[in-house]
Amino acid sequence: MNPAPFEYLAPTTVDEAVAALVEHGDEAKILAGGQSLLPVLRMRLNAPEWVIDLGRIETLRGVRDAGDHLVIGAMTTHDQVLHDPLVHEHALLVTKAVTQLADAQVRHRGTFGGALAHADPGGDLGAPTLALDATFVITGPSGTRSVPAAEFFVDLFETAIGEDEILTEVQVPKYDGWGAHYEKFVRVSHQWPIIAVAATVRLDGDTIAEARVGLTNMGSTPVRATAVEEALAGQPATPDAVQQAAAHAADGTSPPTDLNGDAEYRRHLATVLTRRAVLAAAGRNGT
Amino acid sequence: MTATQEPGLKEAPTQEIGRDRRRKEDQRLITGRTRWTDNIVLPGMLHIAMVRSPFAHARITGVDTEAAKAAPNVVDVFTGSEVADVQGVIANAWPLSAEQKAPDHPPMAVDRVAFAGEIVAVVVARSAAEAQDAAELIDVEYDELPAVIDLKRAAADDVLAHPDLGTNISSVWTLDSAEGGTGGNVDEAIAEARENGIVIEREYRQQRLIPAFMEPRSTVVDPTGEQYVVWSATQIPHIARFLLAATTGTPESKIRYIAPDVGGGFGGKLQTTPEEWLTFLAAKRTGKPVKYTESRSESLMSGHHGRDQWQRLTLAATKEGRVTGLKVDLLADMGAYIGIVGGGVPVLGAWMFNSIYKWDAYRFTTTQVLTNKTWVDAYRGAGRPEATYGIERLMTELAAELGKDPLEVREMNWIKHDEFPFTTVAGMTYDSGDYEAATARSKELFGYDELRAEQQRRRDAGDPVQLGIGVSTYTEMCGLAPSRVLGQLNYGAGGWEHAEIRMLPTGKVEVITGTSPHGQGHETAWSQIVADRLGVPFEDVEVLHGDTQISVRGLDTYGSRSLVIGGEALVRAADKVVERAKPLAAHMLEASPDDLEFAGGRLQVRGTDQGVTIQEVATAAWTAHDLPDGLEPNLDASATYDPVNFSFPHGTHLCAMEVDTETGRVRMRKYVAVDDIGNIVNPLIVSGQVHGGLVQGISQALWEEAVHDEGGTLVSGTLVDYLLPTAADTISFETDHTTSPSTTNTLGTKGVGEAGTIASTPAVVNAIVDAVRHLGVTDIRMPCSPERVWRAIQQAQKGAGQ
Ligand SMILES: Cc1cc2nc3c(=O)[nH]c(=O)nc-3n(C[C@H](O)[C@H](O)[C@H](O)COP(=O)(O)OP(=O)(O)OC[C@H]3O[C@@H](n4cnc5c(N)ncnc54)[C@H](O)[C@@H]3O)c2cc1C
Repeated sequence: MNPAPFEYLAPTTVDEAVAALVEHGDEAKILAGGQSLLPVLRMRLNAPEWVIDLGRIETLRGVRDAGDHLVIGAMTTHDQVLHDPLVHEHALLVTKAVTQLADAQVRHRGTFGGALAHADPGGDLGAPTLALDATFVITGPSGTRSVPAAEFFVDLFETAIGEDEILTEVQVPKYDGWGAHYEKFVRVSHQWPIIAVAATVRLDGDTIAEARVGLTNMGSTPVRATAVEEALAGQPATPDAVQQAAAHAADGTSPPTDLNGDAEYRRHLATVLTRRAVLAAAGRNGT
Repeated sequence: MTATQEPGLKEAPTQEIGRDRRRKEDQRLITGRTRWTDNIVLPGMLHIAMVRSPFAHARITGVDTEAAKAAPNVVDVFTGSEVADVQGVIANAWPLSAEQKAPDHPPMAVDRVAFAGEIVAVVVARSAAEAQDAAELIDVEYDELPAVIDLKRAAADDVLAHPDLGTNISSVWTLDSAEGGTGGNVDEAIAEARENGIVIEREYRQQRLIPAFMEPRSTVVDPTGEQYVVWSATQIPHIARFLLAATTGTPESKIRYIAPDVGGGFGGKLQTTPEEWLTFLAAKRTGKPVKYTESRSESLMSGHHGRDQWQRLTLAATKEGRVTGLKVDLLADMGAYIGIVGGGVPVLGAWMFNSIYKWDAYRFTTTQVLTNKTWVDAYRGAGRPEATYGIERLMTELAAELGKDPLEVREMNWIKHDEFPFTTVAGMTYDSGDYEAATARSKELFGYDELRAEQQRRRDAGDPVQLGIGVSTYTEMCGLAPSRVLGQLNYGAGGWEHAEIRMLPTGKVEVITGTSPHGQGHETAWSQIVADRLGVPFEDVEVLHGDTQISVRGLDTYGSRSLVIGGEALVRAADKVVERAKPLAAHMLEASPDDLEFAGGRLQVRGTDQGVTIQEVATAAWTAHDLPDGLEPNLDASATYDPVNFSFPHGTHLCAMEVDTETGRVRMRKYVAVDDIGNIVNPLIVSGQVHGGLVQGISQALWEEAVHDEGGTLVSGTLVDYLLPTAADTISFETDHTTSPSTTNTLGTKGVGEAGTIASTPAVVNAIVDAVRHLGVTDIRMPCSPERVWRAIQQAQKGAGQ
């Protein structure tokens, strides 16, 4: 199918893009990599009058080192993130998640910012950025503001980004030396996760000193498994100890029911996969 | 070449049949140079968009097309009620009997829609985008009617899919060995087994599938010449031409149907579609070329679906495990309409439930049921995968009941290699086969005993990842089909096939086949056959197909028929060419035709080195300067072949699956397919057919399912939800062959197009159930999603705990 007709703008600066958003209000849609927006337009689930393409705004691309954190530009493609040495060194959990995100074609087009702004509860970037306490930098007509991950994800397909605002970058604190694992549960390789667990741990010898755990598709937004994190702190990195902590993975979650599984099954999966993800992040193989 | 060689005498070409030649058609296909239907652009061409019903069952009370008509560059808009008399009908060509109840099937709904996705209006515009924009402006008013979605509920007849028919039961068809004289009475066998033996009763579900060919369906119709030219992404250009003429009143001679390169079908393009008929109508109305190409969403929703049965099975056996009888009761979902052969697809299972086994009594009943869903028709295997699944699951359950190895129980019951030809309890005569040999080879490749030992170790250790081994010893009947048999089954056409060979003046050869390849590689295989038969180089043979102006006669490609029937026609045509060449060759050699022998492309005077190549004779026939009196200057020949029997490939497939008991996720560990498909023309092509077939069958076991909600909306309406595997989701299969040549065709070949799909589904499910049987699981419904596997384990454990 072809999308309904729309006008197309390709500004070269963030200011121009924001100005266009202000002018066209809810008649406008931002286009990043188009991997989610274009299917929506082509299936005519949405028909904006204006499409504002961020593709020509150079400042939105790339990853840089900003001292205690990394800055990932919103228009950096998944493929660039995947192969970025800084990300690999300082935010291994992100690399691990992106490895399993969609397929090579989609990764070459889709963007880090686009995926997060889209806020699909099955998206693979929400749980890692939430677990890593990333900060979302948003620019609008009244300037730039920073939103912590815990406040960024509002609901199904809904974020803290206002109608006339743009997500420009994501700041990820450095987790040097932390082990990381993204356990994605799918039936076929190119599928969105049925659920996934993002885990990163700092070991002190054989003890888990700190852990961060985020869950994908266990609710309408990414979820932080704080009960698991708390239970893990100070525990030995053994299957038994981790299993006990992981038993809390589904606490307080309300996962969806769909063709791939109902809520009860997802809750069960969360406990099993959390155990596996944490052990793998701690470099302990097996179950 | 040495200088002493005689001019014109080339070294005899090496044998082509059996060579693993790469497919010559692939160069144009994989470099994107080919012409698919959607690539065709004609001057002044218009485009179509369809308006489709969102309701599964509704009366159309009004269609407002005014805004659409006024939209930019819209040329024509029409609705079902406006074209009711001229749009033709979509054929139901296999009614089974005169009693069959079938709703009228107009290409576009006239006053009532019977499934979500049915076309209610057509917009014709200068571009596809403009047609789609205008389609959005059409306002259709519906009065929703009660819809019946669930197959079992439909069979109960409390809500009617088509109220005028008075029932949802379209037809009931029975084969009974006692009545047919091919065996005993099954009820007696079951009663006896209840007394003194074993009775296994099961109900299995064959979920609904969607044929997901790579190229969406597409049609272009050019009405500007003397003939209407129809290009279509179809498997059946010849049948479609006949039906378009028969149902629209257009003389057949005024229609030229072309299937250009077609990107896959799997039965999904074995149909005359509403979209083809309406594109034809739009071209007729506007006098301009018109194109329609479906979107993937339209394809999933309104291209026909496959399978969709409930199977109630009762198997009777002695205490030792010898099967004495099987009773089959099928409920088959037809969807909203009876497709071109959909009414008969379940019936094909009648001869397949008995598979490779000998037993005394058999009764097969299938009930075809109408519902308010997309209609169901042939999908790779058509009726045989369903049957094979049922019996191979059941034989495995029998083995489990007896505590015996599933292969041992099969062997106890199968036809021995020295018993062929064998007439089965269903009345079919199998020409050849060797189940012992295929099974022995398969076990060897699989490492059967080692994997059984590993399975035991994992069980003993209580490993969270358990291992299971699944067996499928299948046979199938393909090569549709002897025309006489089809006639007895009330099928709308014959089953012959046609081939023609043109000897060109330069000695090159054009082969025209009535089969219609859409990915199978016929151009290569047919060239190999003709190269051998005529002794000409492979490169000198060109295969033409799919255009009714060139390939005048044919019955197209489906049911693994092309090689076993079309190939035989080809062999016969080639032999006729040689016969026709003999008098002229004899004349050229000043010998008697009776003294000539033909080998390696040369007609040679027996016992001498005097000879001419058939290509030289072709040139001599063309110049016609020196012919014997009364001889026609033409070597071309054609043959139409009607098969005497079906083709019965068979094989033993073994599958090992790992089951993660904590999550229910399964992983394939090993898959061995040993197939006996008779003699092989091209092993590489066969390998492609087997691998692709396996994946399709495995995919039914693990991933694919068309799901409708209660309102009849297809929930798995995009490829996000209708799960298809990619190469990343499968493992490398081990394939091999044993060979029992067919005795019913010259080349000794059997069909291979559907074998992998038919065999693999039960092998996979048997393996999964085997992995968790010790936990109390006896069945898991397909597709065996992680959730279903996990739940099956949970329920079995709960049951065990009580
Ligand atoms: C076949 C396929 C498989 C996929 N599988 C996965 C998967 O397994 N896991 C996964 O996580 N994702 C998957 N995706 C989605 C992929 O990650 C997309 O890249 C992502 O969802 C959207 O990113 P995009 O850059 O393409 O954004 P677009 O599609 O261009 O935009 C998405 C939405 O975000 C808005 N938007 C984009 N950028 C900004 C911005 N800077 N500021 C404000 N709003 C913005 C747009 O207006 C739009 O509403 C898949 C996509 C496809 C097509």
